[in-house]
Amino acid sequence: MMGQFRHSLLGRLLADPMAVFAMTIIVGLVVVAIFADAISPHDHTLMNLADRFAPPSSTYWLGTDNLGRDTFSRLAQGSRIALYVAIVAVSISGTIGLVLGMIAGFGPRWLDNLLLFIFDTLRAYPTIILALALAALLPRGLSTVIIVVVITSFSEYGRVVRTQTLSLKNAEFILAERAMGASAARIVFHHVLPNVLGPFFILAAMNLPVVITIEAGMSFLGIGVPPGTPSWGATLKDGFDYIRNTPWIIIAGGLPLILVTLGFTFLGEALRDQLDPKLRKSR
Amino acid sequence: MCIFGRGEKMLQYAFQRVLLALAIIFVAISALFTIMITLPGDPTTVLLGPRATPELRAAFRLSMGLDDPVLVQIANFWGRILSGDMGMDYNRNRPVSEAVFSALPHTMALVFGAIFWSATLGILLGAFSADNRNSWLDRVSGILSVGFIAAPSFVVALYSLLLFSVTLRWFPTIGAGEPGDLASRLYHLALPSFAIGLAWVGYVARIVRASMLETLGENYIRTARAFGLTRRKVIYNYALRVAILPAVQVLGVGIGGMLSSAVFAEIVFSRPGIGSLIYDSVSGRNYPVVMGSMLVAIGFFVTCALIADLVNAALDPRQRAK
Repeated sequence: MMGQFRHSLLGRLLADPMAVFAMTIIVGLVVVAIFADAISPHDHTLMNLADRFAPPSSTYWLGTDNLGRDTFSRLAQGSRIALYVAIVAVSISGTIGLVLGMIAGFGPRWLDNLLLFIFDTLRAYPTIILALALAALLPRGLSTVIIVVVITSFSEYGRVVRTQTLSLKNAEFILAERAMGASAARIVFHHVLPNVLGPFFILAAMNLPVVITIEAGMSFLGIGVPPGTPSWGATLKDGFDYIRNTPWIIIAGGLPLILVTLGFTFLGEALRDQLDPKLRKSR
Repeated sequence: MCIFGRGEKMLQYAFQRVLLALAIIFVAISALFTIMITLPGDPTTVLLGPRATPELRAAFRLSMGLDDPVLVQIANFWGRILSGDMGMDYNRNRPVSEAVFSALPHTMALVFGAIFWSATLGILLGAFSADNRNSWLDRVSGILSVGFIAAPSFVVALYSLLLFSVTLRWFPTIGAGEPGDLASRLYHLALPSFAIGLAWVGYVARIVRASMLETLGENYIRTARAFGLTRRKVIYNYALRVAILPAVQVLGVGIGGMLSSAVFAEIVFSRPGIGSLIYDSVSGRNYPVVMGSMLVAIGFFVTCALIADLVNAALDPRQRAK
């Protein structure tokens, strides 16, 4: 039954041109990330000072940066960093949010109020400003980026899951389970969880590009990846520093970010339309 | 819209929301303060910066009560804040409050500029889409909206700096303009606030379109049409007024995101403001200024979200009932 459902969902997505466009970009990103070494025409750390600030050419597809490093190769490596941070951070914050959201929705009233207050408080931190404050205290690196993302985003999952759980709590089939003496754990895992996952995955898909943007943004500010790491944000920072020498680093460095955020956002939209047409209104 | 008929209920609701907002600011800042003072390492280094002399450190340790229990320290911290003392910016030898409050107006101008762009362009685009529902124009504007939402604001800032300032030279590349010269200030504000607002153009357009299509189905709109008012007049004068409400709320909550974008806009366009103040303070390990800026940024955001919430509740009684 599950297989049929997935088949029909994929079938419906393939009928939507925007979804096909989105999936093409995402598959492209994954392929580039996996085969980054094979498709890079140059070593991404190789400095060729004679060819600094080269415009795009057949040798350097997207030009070179201030140290004569090949921008295309650096961006290909950067896709690994982007994907890694996005997957790890979304998994952690999503899991925390899923658990807390179900506890809030299913637990006693005081616990619900307490968790809601925590969610509200965490939402009061503007992400990048909190990132700067924490960067002053924590060591520079991808784990700091992941910590910032988790702190600022798990409450979002928590809210969505809580709302969904609350609406299920008094559904007839749950009440029937209860009347038959099912334990709270059984109700939560067998009945609430599967029904919560739809909106949860839509939110996760929509959050992947947000996380990629936060990583790039923090690296742009110099509080993300360590120096020398080819994050997309670090490439953009080089482009910004040398904006008067060449426009190509910024132009090339921004493209993968825009494409990937577009891809995930369009896919999230398409998924939402297919899985839950009701959600469309509330956004 | 019975604002007066249920004045008491509205007042009660407003009171609850204000209390909640104060509690959120209190907890959010206290949590950050706790992290700062309990982190391993000498807090005098953290709070004074690495260049402080041993004498300064000893005096500071005593005066700040750094050996007191954490809860006492938090209470003292709030005591100082409430009496208007946000500490000293030891790197530049000025009160933190002076640094923060001279930066805040620039960031507020940036955020309100972004709201201006997103409200005007977003409402126009949304109303236009609803007017031409299901036409190819509607589809194009729908795709554009999603594109605007998806584009990372700091990439938009960098691209617009590159295109409009560096290449075409239509707009200035750095600074906030001449003090006292409004035209120059607005000229410097246009591009950075556009870069922040663009994403919200997309959000507002979609919300306005959706709520407008909903409103157009209401009875009083049909009545207005039956009375012979033109379609255009009904859409832009009557339906739009109601359809704007949800957009107000989204923009209020969106100010948090705009503050994050403002950091990038301030750095990319070399503008003064809270974002560039925190940025400079972080690289100089200037913790009192980081703390003060956080307090002001969070206070500003929570206040704006609160105002948006209350405006909505005042205009739409259903919100209060929740």
